[in-house]
Amino acid sequence: MSKVLPDLSYTKTHEWVKSATDGSVTIGITDHAQEALGDIVFVEVPQQGRKLAAGEAFAVVESVKAASDIYSPVAGEVMESNSQLTDSPEKINADAYGSWIVRLKPANPAELKALLDAKAYEQVLKDEK
Amino acid sequence: MGKQTVLYDTHVASGARMVDFGGWDMPVNYGSQIEEHHAVRRDAGMFDVSHMTVLDLEGANTREFLGKLLANDVGKLRVPGKALYSCMLNEQGGVIDDLIVYFLRDDWFRMVVNAATHDKDLDWITEQAQAFDVMINERDLAMIAVQGPNARSKAVQALPAEAREAALALKPFTALKYGGFFIARTGYTGEDGFEIMLPPAQAADFWKSLHAQGVVPCGLGARDTLRLEAAMNLYGQDMDERVSPLEAGLDWTVAWDPAERVFIGRYALEAQRDVGIKRKLVGLLLEEPGVMRSHQKVIAEGAGEGEITSGTFSPTLQHSIALARVPVNTAGNVQVDIRGKLCKARVVKPPFVRNGKVLIK
Repeated sequence: MSKVLPDLSYTKTHEWVKSATDGSVTIGITDHAQEALGDIVFVEVPQQGRKLAAGEAFAVVESVKAASDIYSPVAGEVMESNSQLTDSPEKINADAYGSWIVRLKPANPAELKALLDAKAYEQVLKDEK
Repeated sequence: MGKQTVLYDTHVASGARMVDFGGWDMPVNYGSQIEEHHAVRRDAGMFDVSHMTVLDLEGANTREFLGKLLANDVGKLRVPGKALYSCMLNEQGGVIDDLIVYFLRDDWFRMVVNAATHDKDLDWITEQAQAFDVMINERDLAMIAVQGPNARSKAVQALPAEAREAALALKPFTALKYGGFFIARTGYTGEDGFEIMLPPAQAADFWKSLHAQGVVPCGLGARDTLRLEAAMNLYGQDMDERVSPLEAGLDWTVAWDPAERVFIGRYALEAQRDVGIKRKLVGLLLEEPGVMRSHQKVIAEGAGEGEITSGTFSPTLQHSIALARVPVNTAGNVQVDIRGKLCKARVVKPPFVRNGKVLIK
């Protein structure tokens, strides 16, 4: 059974969102997502300063098996991308919640409230089975 | 719910991720697909390939029938147990399927065809066989491929003791029968090894004793990266009925001699050969980060456009590789459209990897 951490927010498309005290958020893919993808071999990250709409595909994670788009849970501007993942994409398999893909400055922090909590995300996983 | 092989429960119990493959629920990976891949390149891995179709063709005219049915020439098969890879073509020279045929006796040949093409293959073969009075029996056998540099030495430990010596003495592309076992020194990974057919009731125990010998269970995911590194075509991806063997890198499997052997598709192939093919299958090596995938567009400057037929990340090369069908005069560098981004790739002569060694420069 894949891990779901209690203190993160989630999307139906298997991204996780972690809020920092400065109002920024980091975004990655969930343990379930990395497990479904299998061995990850390539991550394409967005440029700093890129403005994202909620639901916009902003990164690509490729496993041996398939390419998968990563969608922005909220609107915002890319503050930083995790360049470590460019060299070591397999880090996502080893620790999905420790491997953030981008740090985002949300355009409208209220959007964060609409995300799934851990319990709701666990239900999404159950329903998918 | 798809069809299940006799090893289905064994796979699920060992934590396999099951996916649909040609109507069958098959293991795609057990743990890390890349580690399964390396196990085969460096030691020994095993694959459940029981979904594949085993056909026994029997009757005095079987050799003559296969001489018409197959583009490669079963006339080359003189010693019992010898195997041959061939395409089965339609009248237009398109590939209906690719297969391995084994010569067992003058009135008995065995054929292994793909799972996804089961129905159309049987229809076609049955129709063509009518004029030859050949009986076609589909066999209910489990099949396990054991592949890797140490595959044979490990696999024989799981075989009946009396069969070991003969199994180890098998030459490449030959097979033997021992009791209910049919042991062939063939495979689909670019490594040495066996493909072993056996009664379904014995398959789970045999799988377990292979595992006890240190043979690593591998899924279809690793099978795909291994065969692609070895540049072995996958039917339905690298060729199909709209493609001739000459356009699929399979010229070497077409037996033009003897000229009087009129196999199905021969005239179409001859016409294509005489005019010259317009498309060919090449290997591509991506020269930047990213992964090439099937159906991506290939742009060859001055030659035209083509398409990736199979693409992946090569665990051995740590780089993306692909097979692509491109205009015949394509050479040097090309561009691949990876989701809207044009990436540089180099045309290389496949295979990429064989017997654990990287073969491209």
